[in-house]
Amino acid sequence: MNIVKPNYSRPLDFKQGQVDMAHGSGGRAMAQLIAELFITGFDNAYLAQGNDGALLPIITERLVMSCDGHVVSPLFFAGGDIGCLSVHGTINDVAMMGARPLYLTASFILEEGFPLADLKRIVLSMATAARLAGVPIITGDTKVVERGKGDGVFITTTGVGVAREGITLSGDLAQPGDIILLSGTIGDHGMAVLSQRENLTFDAPIMSDTAALHGLVAAMLDSEVRLRVLRDPTRGGLATTLNEIAKQSGVGMMLHESAIAVNQPVEAACEFLGLDPLYVANEGKLVAICAPEDAGRLLEVMRAHPLAREAAIIGEITEDAHGFVQMTTKLGGRRIVDWLAGEQLPRIC
Amino acid sequence: MKYVDEFRGGELGMNIAANIAFEATAASGYRLMEFCGGHTHALSRYGIADLLPASVRMIHGPGCPVCVLPIGRVDQAIRLAREHGVILCTYADTMRVPCSDNLTLMRAKSGGADVRMIYSTQDALKIACDNPNRQVVFFAIGFETTTPPTAVAVKQAAAEGLKNFSVLCNHVLTPAAMHAILSVKGGVALDGFVGPAHVSTVIGSKPYEVFADDYGKPVVIAGFEPLDVMQAILMLIRQINEGRATVENEFTRAVTREGNLKAQALVEEVFELREVFEWRGLGSLPHSALKLRPAFAEFDAELKFSIDYVAVRDHKACECAAILRGEKRPQECKIFGTVCTPDNPIGSCMVSSEGACAAHYSYGRFRDAA
Repeated sequence: MNIVKPNYSRPLDFKQGQVDMAHGSGGRAMAQLIAELFITGFDNAYLAQGNDGALLPIITERLVMSCDGHVVSPLFFAGGDIGCLSVHGTINDVAMMGARPLYLTASFILEEGFPLADLKRIVLSMATAARLAGVPIITGDTKVVERGKGDGVFITTTGVGVAREGITLSGDLAQPGDIILLSGTIGDHGMAVLSQRENLTFDAPIMSDTAALHGLVAAMLDSEVRLRVLRDPTRGGLATTLNEIAKQSGVGMMLHESAIAVNQPVEAACEFLGLDPLYVANEGKLVAICAPEDAGRLLEVMRAHPLAREAAIIGEITEDAHGFVQMTTKLGGRRIVDWLAGEQLPRIC
Repeated sequence: MKYVDEFRGGELGMNIAANIAFEATAASGYRLMEFCGGHTHALSRYGIADLLPASVRMIHGPGCPVCVLPIGRVDQAIRLAREHGVILCTYADTMRVPCSDNLTLMRAKSGGADVRMIYSTQDALKIACDNPNRQVVFFAIGFETTTPPTAVAVKQAAAEGLKNFSVLCNHVLTPAAMHAILSVKGGVALDGFVGPAHVSTVIGSKPYEVFADDYGKPVVIAGFEPLDVMQAILMLIRQINEGRATVENEFTRAVTREGNLKAQALVEEVFELREVFEWRGLGSLPHSALKLRPAFAEFDAELKFSIDYVAVRDHKACECAAILRGEKRPQECKIFGTVCTPDNPIGSCMVSSEGACAAHYSYGRFRDAA
């Protein structure tokens, strides 16, 4: 008589359960976590193969790859969480290269004791974000570190995409006379996270702008304007992104303060915490630099897209040996918009 | 944004600028010191220099708490954290002030010292409550604005019988610094002061009357918004044109002649004058700073841990001292923008965004290129 009982493992307890060291040990517990949470959640044929990697079809176009680690605290904030953020962040980095994102990978570093309920919520948020974006998460990894050696969960995602034929976007292509466009308000993501951390409350909470921008980028590329640079002003904010581009291209910039929109609660929270929204992170905005003749058309195309309704021309590229990013203030004066100088802003992305 | 945008508006600013340009006609020009770093920051950040005629010269004053703190004081804080193993609580700006042995509080922290950045004295008290087995020291710095919250914390600690909380007191007094600026032999020549905003909400406008009456210098207390500063400049120009020297208050929405009496009483109860205190740039000034009264001695970190103050010379090439006295401009310092930048400050004026060097570097150095 066969007395070997059929394999049985108790389903993971997504209500009370916690991550323990076994979930990263490579044994049965890890296999169960992967099967019941990650494969079920992300749900695609590549993951379902259950192999060490994903075997992809031949790609003949130029490849773009980008990688982004996410360590935000708090993990859940108004308008998003670390899960959707980790999907959007990498999709956007690929899209800023003028590419169509195809695949994502995800690597999780979990802290012992982290509630499985929170992990499930994060994974489902990633899954939803990936599905809506049409970019599957096709392979991944899970590690567990001892309690006290992580901060709940860190997620690193990598994205692969293909560059559109004939399109090369790069931070070193801005030329004097080019026009700088911005897709919307600044500072929303950083202040959503910070105001939650500092317990600042407003009549309407500040919502993170986290969003996948590859659809907007595709529309912009479709318009066939002469785009030179695309970049998403994440950590370090708009000011840092523009300084990076100015340095790469060896040019200066002249911005116009009155053209840069800031939502009122964001402005208020910045004022309260002594921050400048120009240096606060965004997760669903992009900066575009294009040839001057094309700026009007590009602005129209951007404004026609739901993620860039408030797009605006915010300045122009200048010839400047010093590479200064300058701004005319609302008051009518001029100032430099400098690199962020070693400020200790808490983790926001 | 309400109550903020009104004080940053372009149109009104243009009007004030036009009035300034129209009225600032004295051939001798107008040398005006904005005492506070908050004003220095506003002047730079909003590009106000572009709106002033050549006859009006703004001279940056010493009113930046981090800037006037001498190296020896930060050394004390570092010694507390490294040698006495305390949890040292500090406001953010102080973290990056360079001091002896190529250290900053930030570097001490990465080297293992327990240094924590806080937003308010209440955070420090909470850390003390949460860590009953550790000694917690609050590195108290600042002018009269930050003194009342320190007084509250000390009183609260006394009321709760907290044995593990103390204060490294470096609170300093604005009028003492203004006296010093005006008394330096061969010092900077001034025609008037833009008076402090937040400090004046606490001490009122009365303590400045001596500068108008005895030194003949007009003082206009101004808020920290750009239009406040511009309006104050216009008011100073008018006083100078009319040959008047009085204390006027542009910041009437927050400042009275008497100031905040409750806060003053609190400070009086907890603190007394130090015999002498060394300032960066201004030297050792009598009765220019505060220490805890004997009744609160158990909360005085200097006594509790017996750490003496040891004066340390500034970096040889650093011109912070002359800049704090208004005698030099940041760009006249040899190491400004080369060795000394906001990322790698050598002197304290390059650290805080209120510091004259940091403000000029971050917002205004394009003017040096022309």
